[in-house]
Amino acid sequence: MITGPALLLALMEGAVGAAVLALTALGLSLVFGVMRVINIAHGEFVMLGAIIVWWCSAELLGAHPALGFLLALVMAPVVVGLIAMAADWLVLRRINYDPERTIVATMGLLYVIQQSVLMTYGPDARPIEPPVYFRIQLPWFGYSGYKLIVIALALLLLGITWLILSKSRIGLYMRATRLDAETAQAFGVPVRRVYASVFALGAMLAAVSGVLIAPIQQAHYLMGADPLLLSFIVVIVGGLGNLRGTLLAAALIGIGEGMIAVLFSPTLAKMIATLLVALVLIARPGGLMRESAP
Amino acid sequence: MLELTRISSAYGAVEVLKEISFTLAAGEILGVMGRNGAGKTTILKTIMGLIPKRRGSLKIAAEEISHLPPHAVPARGIAYVPQGRRLFSELTVAENLRMGLLVNNAPQSDAEPVLDLFPILRERLAQAAGTLSGGEQQMLAVARALCTKPKVLLLDEPSEGLFPAVTHRILDTVAQLRQSGVAILLVEQQVKSALRICDRILLIENGVIQHEAKASELAANPVPLERYIGVHR
Repeated sequence: MITGPALLLALMEGAVGAAVLALTALGLSLVFGVMRVINIAHGEFVMLGAIIVWWCSAELLGAHPALGFLLALVMAPVVVGLIAMAADWLVLRRINYDPERTIVATMGLLYVIQQSVLMTYGPDARPIEPPVYFRIQLPWFGYSGYKLIVIALALLLLGITWLILSKSRIGLYMRATRLDAETAQAFGVPVRRVYASVFALGAMLAAVSGVLIAPIQQAHYLMGADPLLLSFIVVIVGGLGNLRGTLLAAALIGIGEGMIAVLFSPTLAKMIATLLVALVLIARPGGLMRESAP
Repeated sequence: MLELTRISSAYGAVEVLKEISFTLAAGEILGVMGRNGAGKTTILKTIMGLIPKRRGSLKIAAEEISHLPPHAVPARGIAYVPQGRRLFSELTVAENLRMGLLVNNAPQSDAEPVLDLFPILRERLAQAAGTLSGGEQQMLAVARALCTKPKVLLLDEPSEGLFPAVTHRILDTVAQLRQSGVAILLVEQQVKSALRICDRILLIENGVIQHEAKASELAANPVPLERYIGVHR
């Protein structure tokens, strides 16, 4: 029998998953919405974020996990953003952002990143110390303070991304390019630079989610597959390229998946999430929300 | 103000504009007419750099701009009102206007004179562009272009899908701009509208200028219109 405290615990676990998933899926949705690129390598950007936080915590500043974590929070998005910009310039731009060829190209990028990490970081899954140790003591159980910080940081970053998209010049350019790239050019928008920025921003969001999740899971060179699958589920359920739909779907799927995983089993959670995609594709092929803004 | 010399452009391997040459003076309204597929829209898109030029020279205010990437063209003083409006439909009216203002990093207050031309838009600033009526959308498309403070305004079939009275009003507003020295290149299917406001008309067929005449001459002698457009005024 499921008790109230068990349900609360499952809900809290689900909220952590949803917050991190929202960051990852928002990046994927942004890239697809503006560039029409289905980025198969998106999960590898999450993995790179986790590897960078391990490197900062264990190698660079081994004695100070909090310092290493803070450094990684800055360094991971910068490094991964630069890698994404290089991939845009070296690969995506050369094939003119063709939707079909970019699928194959980003699949290649996935293997290049994954195998590079395997050769340098190795095949082991490595634990990463949380930057802070404290527990919130509830009447029924104690809960990791770090996980609550993850939720807060993810919400903060989502808010900042929302502000960038809705208030800034580059955000306006991104939204205009998403709606009509040719007309955007006729109003002075350097569309290729916007594409590079969007690809970098998407990768940066994924990298930060990798940094946040690494102390909860472990850093491993194959860890990109799960966030990629879940992000695709979220983006399809929310409506391809629809940012509001993406956030709503991330909340629903993240919390639902987390709760089912805690209360029943992680495998059942994945099965139900995948089934949900099939149902949404049958009932609402355009996703849960058809209109999108910003 | 605008000078095209032997400009050719192509969609892939197919050459659609063949050595087009014409000039457009400050304050002049030049009409471009022809049948569907004659290359009218292609002329405008080629000037904007949206279709690659194969050869030829394109100058604005004596500055050669044929080598510029498309996004650098508007800042040289050329604004474009595309066929079918092509507003950023999910952006608000204010954001659509801001897209025009940002071409020259102009402040929001610079939209005021443009909003004076189309006061109805002032009441719609917070509304998504896609929710406006057809006439209001066309006004916004023109207003968005005017926010770039153009020297040359390219208009592609502004009457498309509108009641004649609305078209009249928009074209009359556009015609006022000639007093401030704006040169206007107007692609138009409506013969009456074009003859009413244009100074000169280019008749094109298969990407080539076949005939050039003053609008008053074509009004008096419509034979070239019948030949190249297939309609009598």
